[in-house]
Amino acid sequence: MVKITINGNTYEAQAGQMLIDVADAAGIEIPRFCYHKKLSVSANCRMCLVDVEKAPKPLPACATPVMDGMVVQTRSEKAQQAQKAVMEFLLINHPLDCPICDQGGECELQDVAMGYGQDSSRFKELKRIVPDKNLGPLISTEMTRCIHCTRCVRFGTEVAGIREMGATGRGENTRIGTYIERAVESELSGNMIDVCPVGALTSKAFRFHGRAWEMQQYPSIAPHDGLGSNIYMHVRRNKVLRVVPRENEAINEVWLSDRDRFSYEALESSERLLHPMIKRNGKWQETNWETALNYAIEGLKNIIATYNADAMGALASPAATLEELYLLQKLVRGLDCSNIDHRLHQIDFSDQNDAPLYPYLGQRIEELEKSDAVLLIGTNLRKEQPLLNHRLRKAALKNTGMINEEISANIMLINPVDYEFNLPIAEKIIAAPSKIVSELASVAKALISLTGKNISDEITDLLADVSTNSIHEAMAKLLNEGEYKTILVGRLASTHPEFSKIRALAAWIGKITEAKLGYLAEAGNSVGASLTGVLPHQGIAGHKVENEGKNAFEMLTKEHALKAYLLLGIEAEIDSYAGSNALSVLEEAKFVVCLNSYKTKQMQQYANVILPISLYPETSGTYVNCEGVWQTSHGVIPPPENVRPAWKVLRILGNLFDLDEFNYDSSQEIQDDIHKKTVNVSLPNNLQDWKMPESINIAISNEGSRELEKIIEMPMYAIDSMVRRATSLQNTQDITQAASLYVSSRQLKDINITSSDGTSLDTQMPIMGDERVPDGCILYYAAQKDGFFSIWNESFKFCSSSYHVE
Amino acid sequence: MATAQDILSASILAEIDKYIAKYPAGRKQSAVMPALTLVQDHNGGWLTTQLMDAIADYLDMPPIAVYEVASFYSMYELKPVGKYKVCVCTNVSCMLCGSDEIVAHLEKRLGIKLGGTTSDNKFTLKEVECLAACGNAPMFQIGRDYHENLTPEKVDQILDGLE
Ligand code: SF4
Ligand code: FES
Ligand code: FES
Repeated sequence: MVKITINGNTYEAQAGQMLIDVADAAGIEIPRFCYHKKLSVSANCRMCLVDVEKAPKPLPACATPVMDGMVVQTRSEKAQQAQKAVMEFLLINHPLDCPICDQGGECELQDVAMGYGQDSSRFKELKRIVPDKNLGPLISTEMTRCIHCTRCVRFGTEVAGIREMGATGRGENTRIGTYIERAVESELSGNMIDVCPVGALTSKAFRFHGRAWEMQQYPSIAPHDGLGSNIYMHVRRNKVLRVVPRENEAINEVWLSDRDRFSYEALESSERLLHPMIKRNGKWQETNWETALNYAIEGLKNIIATYNADAMGALASPAATLEELYLLQKLVRGLDCSNIDHRLHQIDFSDQNDAPLYPYLGQRIEELEKSDAVLLIGTNLRKEQPLLNHRLRKAALKNTGMINEEISANIMLINPVDYEFNLPIAEKIIAAPSKIVSELASVAKALISLTGKNISDEITDLLADVSTNSIHEAMAKLLNEGEYKTILVGRLASTHPEFSKIRALAAWIGKITEAKLGYLAEAGNSVGASLTGVLPHQGIAGHKVENEGKNAFEMLTKEHALKAYLLLGIEAEIDSYAGSNALSVLEEAKFVVCLNSYKTKQMQQYANVILPISLYPETSGTYVNCEGVWQTSHGVIPPPENVRPAWKVLRILGNLFDLDEFNYDSSQEIQDDIHKKTVNVSLPNNLQDWKMPESINIAISNEGSRELEKIIEMPMYAIDSMVRRATSLQNTQDITQAASLYVSSRQLKDINITSSDGTSLDTQMPIMGDERVPDGCILYYAAQKDGFFSIWNESFKFCSSSYHVE
Repeated sequence: MATAQDILSASILAEIDKYIAKYPAGRKQSAVMPALTLVQDHNGGWLTTQLMDAIADYLDMPPIAVYEVASFYSMYELKPVGKYKVCVCTNVSCMLCGSDEIVAHLEKRLGIKLGGTTSDNKFTLKEVECLAACGNAPMFQIGRDYHENLTPEKVDQILDGLE
């Protein structure tokens, strides 16, 4: 600890801390542009000059480490003169076009110029003009306004991990931008809008829509991944104009993924459903709530009377609020029906009674940074959970962006596709889905032989025939050597036909290495949905139910089809892995009630009633994130027209069915109720909760087989109804690439898609060669609107038999 | 993408290796400036994007980081230049000692403006900042040679001497 004096007051500080940090902590204002607390120090703008005693010239506070006895003046004559001079230089080439600049009113340059600059300009010469860059569908540029602080460049290198922006040229000719025009591909690119202190980089979606001072700021929670990023919504006259991050070190730090930032655009989608609708005599008509609700109740009652309650089933979006999810299961169970689920992407449910209560991350989000050995199983982490990936990136690289950058964690992968990561990968195995289990088994086996640890004889027997190679051994070694180990199981594992085995193997590896095993909760309330019992086999807080209902996949397949469905917030045909089967099952059902914010052509084919419900900014509600933290947000705008929050709709449905204890007056009351019932739930023990597999298949070589293995990926901007309708996100490369099918480049010429009966199939989608895809596989993207249903349940075959693995 | 080996000759790569060896292991990118110089000299005095990408690939750098260096320093050229590149300093000392007159003379004699290249591709005229020869201002640099205490007559003499 050292003592320093700033403006006459004494402060304690850590030796080596930068002056600006000490001043910030003490609430002393020092103007700055290039400094950003999450980025490396570049000290190039010179705005933070302060007067330090015994120093001949003013020093930049952002790059001056404190020393004991330092005496600093931030507002002395010398300091002020320096600040004024720097401000004058910075403004020389700035266009001063504040009246037409989106940043006006919230611009650091404006504020600092007001506070520290001169009142008039002495510069009479010509200003430079800089051509704009095309930075893709999310960011607008006005590069003439750039003051070369390089925050965006450092963000690109140090956080996004893609160095696409840079500063070329020098002096007055310096240019920021992508040297070769190229869309900014990072899933975190929107943060550049926030870090840019001026109006050079602004939001394309928000451009010219509003002024900072016209908007109100409301806190909220983003529901599009397992993090529950904290956000502010900026609202003017009941319209959300934009979304920005709300700082929370424990969750999203100061960042926000593009998905969470731009999804608000879907609030105004033309597909928005604004009035209840019912189908009478095959014709859709808008109606009032009373009619629609009675129509729904009658229809469902009919089904129950004709068949029984178990002829009905409910499916919910894991992005719904905790209160909605809870009421849905209370309603369904209250009717004596146990067919309810939210695990729309899962196929293997065989271990559900032994699985953890909810998909718990296994540790706090922040703690991920401590990892020094990480095994990722089946995940395109960057796209699935952008900010969790950022935590791992921080774990993997020490001193990012600095000259002494070094690798500090060994990140390993077992994936069916060679996804691009923005962090160094120590070892990786890319294998067809059918081989993932045996690859994982090999790592487990390698660990057992390396450590001599035996978890159980049964396991040793199961692994008896498994062989290992040098990569498995290298992975075992790195995992064993680590001090803080993390294993993460992602979406491509949880959607795997042998997910239960992957879970068991991951747990074995976790046990041998004493690692933290975590699941990547897909949506904002995947955890909440499990916790409240939106599951066929257990009720709230994991209470076992007497008769187990059908799971999400069963409910949407022909053999198990039900007579009636209640769908909350999903478009089952694209949100479920049952795909086009789901569509035909729903079409054949006798009665389908949809609670949704949008109406689609498909929905109108299969539904009988569609009830318009609020999107997340329009309702209060709670989200439980992947680390089990509850976060409640309040509605920030009222729902439009006749739209109502889903919890109210479900409550009334409960009343109309005469169910007990359905008289909630606010979502808070529901939350209190849930809280009471779950207060004793402890964090799941992922290392304990798994089921012993009956066998471990050693990879059967599919050499010679003419059928292609399917790898189905959820494009990051198609994961829920809202994201799918956010227009800017739909123009990004992440979504445009989803309109093709991909096979291994060297097999491209051999492939011709034939359907299961051998006839040639027109997929209406281009088939492309892709080096990331292993041989014998076909990668395609779920949740495509058109041209997709035709291929979902088809099998793909080679046309020639010339396929040989080299 | 083409790799460095596809684009750069083995002998150039071997030269670059010599520079890489001067820096601690894992700091390959420290050799970016000599690498750019070598490659530029071999390519008739200028760098293409493809060449810069090849250097980036060889030194494990993001391409933009190579572009940043190449565009920052005035000794790298991103467009073709003439056989002789005349770099005239117009910074303070040279300006005070008459660089304006030197520039005017050069422009007249060569029939091109600063930044231009003669139609026979013999000369390129380039304005540069201080080359640290202020003591003998005004000055210009051609190739690796400095020419100092310039007068219009001396300029003619120098240019006449170049075939
Ligand atoms: S674009 Fe903005 S963030 Fe980037 S250097 Fe310019 S002023 Fe700084
Ligand atoms: S903030 Fe210190 S130099 Fe820019
Ligand atoms: S000013 Fe011309 S050499 Fe220094």
